[in-house]
Amino acid sequence: MQLARVIGTVVATVKNDSLEGRKLLIVQSLNARLEPQGQPLVAVDAVGAGAGELVFWCRGKEASFPFKREDTPTDCTVVGIVDSEAHVTNGSRTR
Amino acid sequence: MIIARILGTVVSTQKDERLMGKKLLIVRPVNLDGTDTSAYVVAVDTVGAGFHERVLVVSGSSARLAQGMKDVPVDAAIVGVIDTVDVMND
Repeated sequence: MQLARVIGTVVATVKNDSLEGRKLLIVQSLNARLEPQGQPLVAVDAVGAGAGELVFWCRGKEASFPFKREDTPTDCTVVGIVDSEAHVTNGSRTR
Repeated sequence: MIIARILGTVVSTQKDERLMGKKLLIVRPVNLDGTDTSAYVVAVDTVGAGFHERVLVVSGSSARLAQGMKDVPVDAAIVGVIDTVDVMND
């Protein structure tokens, strides 16, 4: 999975039936210091994430697992919302 | 998924028989500000997307989860026609 920030939403009325009623979020991947890195992607929301929230997503075929596995065509799904930025530690503190 | 724009179509009579009857479209990923990238992909259309519309493209093995793609040899499928894209300007 990868940390990301929800930076927007996409609306598509004409789409695959199994995507009906699913929210489409634009997510900007972040590096370990929570700085934007890489291309933004469109992710299906599985946990009720909103714009501006810090989340993590899951890619590949497993991205359809939160839904009806066999026919939800998604290759990127938000599967978790991070409690807060403070809840992301990258071990830079010296012991 | 990625946001892409339809550039053109591909007609192929000699192909894997599971691809028979599927519309093959050339799509180009676009950036959030609407500018084109230089990449392109041949994607199977599963929602009847028209020309030049912005579409949602799923890639990899998840493309086989699109409607009617169960055991079709595809790794990119158009699964939605995009109405609006709203980006927060921070």
